[in-house]
Amino acid sequence: MADIVSLPDAVAELVRDGDSVALEGFTHLIPHAAGHELIRQGRRDLTLIRMTPDVVYDQLIGAGCARKLTFSWGGNPGVGSLHRLRDAVENDWPRALELEEHSHAGMAAAYAAGASNLPFGVLRGYAGTDLAQHAPIAWVDCPFTGERLAAVRAHRPDVGIVHAQQADRRGNAQLWGIAGIQKEVVLASARSLVTVEEIVEELDPRPGAVVLPSWTIDAVAPAPGGARPSYAHGYYARDNDFYAEWDRISRDRDTFTSWLDEHVLKAVPV
Amino acid sequence: MSAVAEYTPDEMMAVEAARRLGDDTVCFVGIGLPSLAANLARATHAPRCTLVYESGTIGAKPYRLPLSIGDGELAETADAVVSVPEMFAYWLQGGRIDVGFLGAAQIDRHGNLNSTVIGPYDRPKVRLPGAGGAPEIATSVRDVFVLLRQSPRTFVERLDFVSSVGSRVRVVVTDLGILAPRDGELTLTHVHRGVSVEDARAATGWELRVADDVDETDPPDERELTALRELKAR
Repeated sequence: MADIVSLPDAVAELVRDGDSVALEGFTHLIPHAAGHELIRQGRRDLTLIRMTPDVVYDQLIGAGCARKLTFSWGGNPGVGSLHRLRDAVENDWPRALELEEHSHAGMAAAYAAGASNLPFGVLRGYAGTDLAQHAPIAWVDCPFTGERLAAVRAHRPDVGIVHAQQADRRGNAQLWGIAGIQKEVVLASARSLVTVEEIVEELDPRPGAVVLPSWTIDAVAPAPGGARPSYAHGYYARDNDFYAEWDRISRDRDTFTSWLDEHVLKAVPV
Repeated sequence: MSAVAEYTPDEMMAVEAARRLGDDTVCFVGIGLPSLAANLARATHAPRCTLVYESGTIGAKPYRLPLSIGDGELAETADAVVSVPEMFAYWLQGGRIDVGFLGAAQIDRHGNLNSTVIGPYDRPKVRLPGAGGAPEIATSVRDVFVLLRQSPRTFVERLDFVSSVGSRVRVVVTDLGILAPRDGELTLTHVHRGVSVEDARAATGWELRVADDVDETDPPDERELTALRELKAR
């Protein structure tokens, strides 16, 4: 059963230095507040996993929390590059960053395999690309047809973190709109944290919603606005201006460091 | 066709790409020019064209051009919203998408694309965002359309990294003209108005193969240009 706790307590309890941590959200419900709490608590040597590392991963990398990044597309959507990610890869600042690089389809298959308690996922992918040399994949022959397919090692993060719109008092969580890969991340991870916009007495059933039963989650933490500048369908819109502004903030190390100091390190946790 | 106003190279590219989509096309769309082209097709000759964004929205009908592939309006207007693993497994790998748009930092004469690094992988000069959905889009859709500005830096003899393969690339629309594969090699088939074959050769980092019958594309007509600018102004 999920405990309903504060975000600082949840992060302190669930995330340790050296853990592999997946904070997921595919263009929606991105768990920014939880990422900031990881930075404030000074977590180090994390292996960060995410299909689309964007602004909050740029912040975690620039803050020196990560040793390794497992991903398939690392950019600022609709804007351009992630400058902190680039600085880490190109110049080892603030530290060297190991990369494990996939395609989206490969990442999705790896999470689905993890959620299914399988050792690998299988897909018709990677063929002919140089990615095949940089991702932990292998080639397998279909036992029925002989077709050669890509096998990708399952993702089994130590901790999965997602943001949802609501949880009830027993810790059942519900999210809706673009649901991304959040269900798979929670089910694939050894421990999981769901931050939520609000705690409600009873969840309203919604067509197409993803419901994560309380017993699949370790902790639920209220974090109203916790996806900003990403959005929460039905609660608030994406702050497109901030994504554009991040390009300027993150381009320069000093500007980034001051921003981090003012808006994350000295900020009061939600 | 009515007299044509001034237009930009990007507008020319979006219009040429949009012309290739029909009412029956199921189209995998990324942000930027592909999204502009697909929505332009919807606003002009192909109102029933099906737009699929990789965030999981199938049949999205945005009024405004989205800034990200996961904007809320895509989900609100979609025929169906599916999860990411379902999108890639059932819909893309399942062979249900006709056309996929791709861009890149580099292309070679076979339509292979690089969106990963400039320079060596382990110590890149420029670390690009990465392949994302491209490797499987390139091999799962029926037809790949590439939209890319043409220059010797992007049209290269040898890619620094192969992010996706060119076997299903049917057309490359550039700011100078159009290339299509002939006998496995991208060949210049069209130039845009005001562009010469020599311009296209000079903007290509390999010895560009040129069709015997190079044609000129039609410039955007007034309807296309008006619809396109209305879309961008919303």
